[in-house]
Amino acid sequence: MSVVYFIFQQTMFFMIPLLVVALGGMFSERSGVINIALEGIMTMGAFTGILFLNLTGGNMSGQGQLLIAVIISMITGAVFAMFHAYASINMKADQTISGTALNLFAPAFAIFVARVIQGVQQIQFANTFRIEKVPVLGDIPIIGDLLFKNTYITTYLGFVILAIAALVLYKTKFGLRLRACGEHPQAADAAGINVYRMQYAGVILSGALGGLGGLVFVVPTSTNFNATVSGYGFLALAVLIFGQWKPVKILWASLFFGLMKAIAAAYSGIPFLEGLGIPSYLYKMIPYLATLVVLIFTSRNSQAPKASGIPYDKGAR
Amino acid sequence: MNKKRHINLTGPISSVFAIVIGLLFGFIVLLFCNASQAIPGFFTILTGAFTHGLKGVGQVFYYATPIILTGLSVGFAFKTGLFNIGTPGQFIVGAFGAVYVGITFTSLGHVHWIVAVLVSALCGAVWGIVPGILKAFFNVNEVIASIMMNYIGMYAVNWMVKADKTLFNSMRNESKNVAVSAQIPKLGMDKLFPGSSVNGGILIAILVVIIIYLILNKTAFGFELRAVGFNREASRYAGIDEKKSIVFSMMIAGMISGLAGGLLYLAGTGKHIEVVDVLASEGFTGISVALLGLSHPIGILFAGIFIAYLTAGGFYLQLYEFSTEIIDIIVAVIIYFSAFALIVKSFMTKAARRRQAKREEKGGKGE
Repeated sequence: MSVVYFIFQQTMFFMIPLLVVALGGMFSERSGVINIALEGIMTMGAFTGILFLNLTGGNMSGQGQLLIAVIISMITGAVFAMFHAYASINMKADQTISGTALNLFAPAFAIFVARVIQGVQQIQFANTFRIEKVPVLGDIPIIGDLLFKNTYITTYLGFVILAIAALVLYKTKFGLRLRACGEHPQAADAAGINVYRMQYAGVILSGALGGLGGLVFVVPTSTNFNATVSGYGFLALAVLIFGQWKPVKILWASLFFGLMKAIAAAYSGIPFLEGLGIPSYLYKMIPYLATLVVLIFTSRNSQAPKASGIPYDKGAR
Repeated sequence: MNKKRHINLTGPISSVFAIVIGLLFGFIVLLFCNASQAIPGFFTILTGAFTHGLKGVGQVFYYATPIILTGLSVGFAFKTGLFNIGTPGQFIVGAFGAVYVGITFTSLGHVHWIVAVLVSALCGAVWGIVPGILKAFFNVNEVIASIMMNYIGMYAVNWMVKADKTLFNSMRNESKNVAVSAQIPKLGMDKLFPGSSVNGGILIAILVVIIIYLILNKTAFGFELRAVGFNREASRYAGIDEKKSIVFSMMIAGMISGLAGGLLYLAGTGKHIEVVDVLASEGFTGISVALLGLSHPIGILFAGIFIAYLTAGGFYLQLYEFSTEIIDIIVAVIIYFSAFALIVKSFMTKAARRRQAKREEKGGKGE
């Protein structure tokens, strides 16, 4: 049984960043802006968040420090995403190109600044954030072992964000307007919605969640930040598509991807999986292969927001 | 005649505009880091490639070889209306094909390197054709499919290199040396640029650039590919098989990227396939090269040399205690601003129209 608990706890570490970042991507794409820059945004968010943890390491520790880092990462991500918003919304640039530029910029910037500040590119941090056992809840049989032991506060934050994201998207005026802009911006505009403002909101939200996702990815799985989030931004994009741009489906998609990542990372320590003799590379490839297969079956009548990727031009007919 | 020239110039001018802003941004970053070293540092970026004379120039061509080709791959797909972000995957799969043939098929003798190069193109083509087929027949977005293929390719290559004892150098966690007969001959480049790593690969790259230029601009096949890129529906109406076009253009794009991998890993300069879970950076640089070169084969040739030139200059930046990543920052800023090409273009056409109107007005008064 302990193996199951271990795998599940590991899955959480890999799943939460994917969930959070894919939800961010959802806001952006649902407003009509493709955000391929998630990888770069995650890198920037992780960079400033971890840098904060590093610099305050001597004076601060524990959950308070982590929460401040969370806020810093979110702000960084939001600000960085604004460059994408400006290019794609105001300048009507090709959204894939602008996103690619951000992806190129982020790791170079993170390495450069880290070298200037501290001489080496890896930024160390002391991990004082692990929660051995949540009081009371951790004592519940099975569920306590699965969800409330050996965990991070950011895991719960991820689930809270999921709930809020679903509520905002489907139950608020803002969500309805955002979705309208992604489906048919001309109609939304005619109905009196400021399309540009809604798209800015979508991209900035994706930036904040992307930045948070970067931090959430690095903190449980490493003790230093080396200017990369290992392709998790692109994987989150796959989660978004796998989840058909819908919050609850994104949850299941991220759970599946997270599980595959956890198995690939931990399989050598688990006799049962080791005995199967399947190389870890196969587990690493499965999320990407699965996404391709899902794409084949769903792309004909895709659930993708109809206007996603097309710069909104007021004068277009 | 005059009007036509105006339209043709907008592209290059917006590229130059982006380059100037990118370099300025780099200079400002240097100023912020260390104001006293910023000016010599900046000059090093601009002229560092010439530090060792002809050897330096040769190095520039050596760095340029793979990125010209990955750039050409992206640019070619662009011209046919597709965004091939799959270059890192196609590149590494091509490299694997070349290295595999280079290590195992040692009995081929003189044609060994030619076979290895051809196999690299073939492997790249296989990796490129998958997103093409998915796009043509299942309407799958080629950007997402290519990203997936990148990771599948990277993991597959790492897996295959590691699993095969004849290929894997377990001491250094990378692929072994290819046979000498599989190395690309120098073709006179060693005499032209003594002491540098450049080889016949650059000539092959230039040849491919010319071939692609001819295919795109001088053949009916190329015309069809571009027509599908402009308007898929209209092309179908005109009787072009648009599905075939999409599959072919992704296949050719993959082929070029695969070739890039082959040429780099057969260069005999100590380049091995490292078993690390990182996408090939040459592939992503290709996107920059294509954007900067405005997807035109000749533009891409120069853009590739330009970025290689900056990279070569960047190495010497370490003398001033700046890290070489500043080059990547500059290139990223250049790409960001080159995405604004549309605005620059509309601004320039507006200015041209205003000038035209003024001239006409004057002419009217004169009469």
